[in-house]
Amino acid sequence: MKRRLLLLLPLVGFLLLSGFLYMGLSLDPFQRDSALLAREFPEFQLSTLEDSEVLVDESLLKGEVTLVNVWGEWCPTCKQEMPQLLSLAERGVRLIGVDYKDTRAKGQEFLEEFGNPFEVNVFDPEGDLGFELGVYGAPETFLVDRDGIIRYHHTGYIKPEDVVQTILPEVRKWQ
Amino acid sequence: MAVIRRGLVVLVLLLVAGLVQGAVEVREFADPVLERRYSDLNESLRCPKCQNQAIGDSNSPVAADMRERVYMLLQDGRSDMEIRDYMVKRFGDYVLYNPRLEGRTWLLWGLPGALVVIGGIVVVLIVRTRRRASARQLSPDERARLDALIKRKRPE
Repeated sequence: MKRRLLLLLPLVGFLLLSGFLYMGLSLDPFQRDSALLAREFPEFQLSTLEDSEVLVDESLLKGEVTLVNVWGEWCPTCKQEMPQLLSLAERGVRLIGVDYKDTRAKGQEFLEEFGNPFEVNVFDPEGDLGFELGVYGAPETFLVDRDGIIRYHHTGYIKPEDVVQTILPEVRKWQ
Repeated sequence: MAVIRRGLVVLVLLLVAGLVQGAVEVREFADPVLERRYSDLNESLRCPKCQNQAIGDSNSPVAADMRERVYMLLQDGRSDMEIRDYMVKRFGDYVLYNPRLEGRTWLLWGLPGALVVIGGIVVVLIVRTRRRASARQLSPDERARLDALIKRKRPE
């Protein structure tokens, strides 16, 4: 009898493997954690979108929990995302924008048209800061705690329901 | 006729446009070894925006940025290892086609070898027990008969 049961072993192995692979089918390959989680926000020194004379650096992110949103005028999803960001700003969340691979004129136009929820916008025309952040498509959003450590990363579009369901709870968690 | 010719011109232009867009920039290297390393790195790093494309054959803007960085870091005299680490630090393990051997990945690397070893042991065990079992199952009478059969000369 025992021997018979042993014959089932390959089947069990097969089923285990199938279950494992089946789970893999439903995984979204774009839902992966940022490599920067629990690490310091990268160093940078760039001008603001608003004024090319004003230089800002990573010390901008110290002292308060901040959402850093990487956007660009060329990115259609960013336009759809603006109402959600405006509502986050209304709820008292501090937002800083990174205008990624954009021109100053277009970036400023974008904010005039879709509203400006950002305390300040870092102008990153070459995408250098974006590269340091591991950004591979806009929009992307990073939550930075008051010590300047990245705590949460949202790839892609923040849906209206995400504001209350994921983003706000994450912000509160670190405040 | 003119319409057809114009149509053809448009078609050819469209085809060429596809070629131009698909082309990956050409870079100059003084040292052929660097050039070799550059193309090896481009093949072994995976584009984070794509599902399964190396940065060397992806059109995505982030792949172009990464090639640019690889080029700059090579010119800067960095080793392949340093360049890979540089990318992993920013884009995560996803960019490595060959995951590194570390605590998290020993199962991934070790499993195939372990399965081969386990399979080999199982086969050896099965063969041994079979051999022993078939030898033991013969009664003395059967054995004598078997010996006789083996030794029997074939009738001419």
